Amino acid sequence: MSDKPTEKPDAGKVLLEELNGGPPSHLPLSRRIGRTLLIPALAVFSGLVLGAILIAFTSQSVYSAWSISPWEAVKAGINEVRLAYGALFAGSIGDPARILDALRSGDSLEVRRAFNPILESLTASTPYIFGSLAVALGFRSGVFNIGVEGQIFIGAIFSAFVGYAVTGLPAIIHIPLALLAGALGGAIWGFIPGWLKAKTGGHEVINTIMMNYIAFRLSDWLLSGPMKRPDSFNPVSPTIQPSAMLPRFFQSPIRFHLGFFIALATAWLVYWLLFRTRWGFDLRSVGINPRAARYAGMSIVTVTIMAMSLSGGLAGLAGANEVLGLNHNLAMAFSSGYGFDSIALALLGKNHPVGVILASLLFGTLRTGATRMQVVAQIPIDIITVLQAFILIFIAAPAIIRTIYRLRTPETEEEEGVTIRGWGGG
Amino acid sequence: MATTSLRREIEVTSPTRQRVMGILFLLLAAGIWLLFGRGTEGGLTTTFNLVPGGIDSNLPDWKLPTLATLNVLAMFSAFVGGVQLVRGFGRRTNLILAFVSGFFIFGFLTWAAAGNSLNLAGLLNTTLSKSVPITLGALSGVLCERAGVVNIAIEGMMLAAAMMASLVGSISGSLWIGLLAGVLTGALLGLVHAVLSIKYMTDQIISGTVINIFAGGITAFVSAKFMQSVQSLNDPGIFKPFEIPLLGKIPVLGPILFNNNLFVYAMFIFLIVLSVALFSTRWGLRLRSVGEHPKAADTLGINVFRTRYMAVLLGGMMAGFAGAYFTVGSVGRFDEFMTAGRGFIGLAAMIFGNWTPFGSFGASLLFGFADSLASKLAILGVNIPSQFLGMAPYIATMVVLAGVVGRGQMPAADGQPYVKE
Repeated sequence: MSDKPTEKPDAGKVLLEELNGGPPSHLPLSRRIGRTLLIPALAVFSGLVLGAILIAFTSQSVYSAWSISPWEAVKAGINEVRLAYGALFAGSIGDPARILDALRSGDSLEVRRAFNPILESLTASTPYIFGSLAVALGFRSGVFNIGVEGQIFIGAIFSAFVGYAVTGLPAIIHIPLALLAGALGGAIWGFIPGWLKAKTGGHEVINTIMMNYIAFRLSDWLLSGPMKRPDSFNPVSPTIQPSAMLPRFFQSPIRFHLGFFIALATAWLVYWLLFRTRWGFDLRSVGINPRAARYAGMSIVTVTIMAMSLSGGLAGLAGANEVLGLNHNLAMAFSSGYGFDSIALALLGKNHPVGVILASLLFGTLRTGATRMQVVAQIPIDIITVLQAFILIFIAAPAIIRTIYRLRTPETEEEEGVTIRGWGGG
Repeated sequence: MATTSLRREIEVTSPTRQRVMGILFLLLAAGIWLLFGRGTEGGLTTTFNLVPGGIDSNLPDWKLPTLATLNVLAMFSAFVGGVQLVRGFGRRTNLILAFVSGFFIFGFLTWAAAGNSLNLAGLLNTTLSKSVPITLGALSGVLCERAGVVNIAIEGMMLAAAMMASLVGSISGSLWIGLLAGVLTGALLGLVHAVLSIKYMTDQIISGTVINIFAGGITAFVSAKFMQSVQSLNDPGIFKPFEIPLLGKIPVLGPILFNNNLFVYAMFIFLIVLSVALFSTRWGLRLRSVGEHPKAADTLGINVFRTRYMAVLLGGMMAGFAGAYFTVGSVGRFDEFMTAGRGFIGLAAMIFGNWTPFGSFGASLLFGFADSLASKLAILGVNIPSQFLGMAPYIATMVVLAGVVGRGQMPAADGQPYVKE
């Protein structure tokens, strides 16, 4: 089991092989894609099944049917799950019948309403894309950025400030400026733990958790003091200038905005950086085998600091996106745990930008649908978090999935490049 | 172990550290003088009440002349700093550090309550009760990490246990059964963590994150679905404080320490038992050896896997007990996300306390103090936002982690899965 290649003499060769995911594979591309997607797909499926069981077991109607007969209880359970997942689908993708009706009638408001769910799902996915790109970039470089939540807060604070305090700029300058401010805020919040890790060895997991709480307290203070809206009793910042708002593509009620495309572009940028530049090569080398990377003359200190700052910057963009695109102000509870969800999504997407986009779309969709499920089937939206935990377990321990579905263990174990080494980080 | 203690000796008495500490003491002295003493008018007195609210006693208040007290504290700290710079306190440096920090905090209180009165006993009592979940969480971390398993799931275990204690306690109508349910919930999540990280060799931080996410989701789900709407499912009552005979009659200390509820006394018992068990029994030696060098332990015939499973299960139970404190020990009701990061602070306290039970307790007291002081500041009319005081524990942890005040000695194999050959 322990055929770790660290004992081999040629560090450079080992490093290259590890970076390319083992010796070159001779499988055709379609087979390889299928193989990569198999475990995540089964993990999501199993998560949904477990979620269905949870729905059935916490349903009142199942228990009242149980007193009639067990068979009735099973039927009631299936009904309940169908109602719930039906609402989930209709709330996130849209009701097909309604879309057809709307198109036939030609009423523009009705068409907008029918297409709203899917566009809302895309809008909800946007912060996830930024956040999980941040986590994924960290993982690729060998740092576990658990502080995305705090970096999102700081990013939101910075961009909200630039959004409302800077006046008289045209949108073409104001929007990029506010976005950059958000990225800068997140980058600062990522830089500190990165620097601490590189220079003192303080583990980034603890430090980023601490930075999260410092960020919460800081925004709590800012929103109840210096950044508070003058005429309001609630801790909320002033509304940002119209010139800083990300443009929306459709009329109300559709909130779909430019942020989604910025997220896609950012994902492409991260892909290009990681896999097409020398710099990204350095990042990935340090992430996979720091000893070999040092041997090859790369600076672990620089890479670690850069990786944490970049990761924080991406997270900051998530906060900026929410402020500039959706809320147009900053309130205390604006982030519903995007940072922590992002960890799950990065792992689900195997820390690859394309995978991350797919995973984020899935969760944005689930979360949007869950809002409707809460109304229709009285199932609390928090079930999405439970689903996510189930999926994450299966992703983190693929052996469980392999056991359930009797899959063969592949001969070349291509585990994701998650490399965390104790608290000391050595 | 010999090398560890040797290394420790060297670290504690190194000349750089001696100088850093000396400068730190001088800075604290300057802080007392500049921040507090300079702006204070002469002739003010600070009154400290020595009896917690709600207890009858004819103990007189403690009146101090504010400026004189501050000057004495500053001069003494400066003197100690000078001595430290010139010849150093050697191995007693940490003790002196604790004293000087204590002076600084006392100076702060004296200044904050100048011309006013502050219930010192009440403050200390709140500090103790606020530090209970943090200490218990830290003990959970100590158990797991001494055996080489990183446990960042303390938060999630506490949250789930808090909910189960309230739910089961309400349904069964018995606080004890609720408490048991909380402990078992912690054990169950501990088992999940153990299986994931020991059997499946999942990265332990990811495994812990999974448990935290799961606990946050499932508690919010159950709470929203049942406990918010049906009040009778969320009303377990609480363990009442009781006075320990004789000890409770000690002036000043008695009401603070020996008039509490079950959880506080249990915390003291766990602290003592765990310290003795870890550092003076064969069981503890084995557990620590698994965390320091599992391969060597295995060679000597210790079952590494079983030891780790046991440690993580016990750690889960401890976190479960800590979680039960929130519902059946203090509030008497479950609210979503009511643990509010105490598990993570417990983790920080464990690191701060150098992976030892009493060290963690000291750190937890400090964190609990910052927490209880934050709520007092507004009453005293001090112009410091309470949020900044709330940040102090986190910043202090980062400073400790960076090794500024001396690097902690974490178990050498912490976080590394063991693969038997």
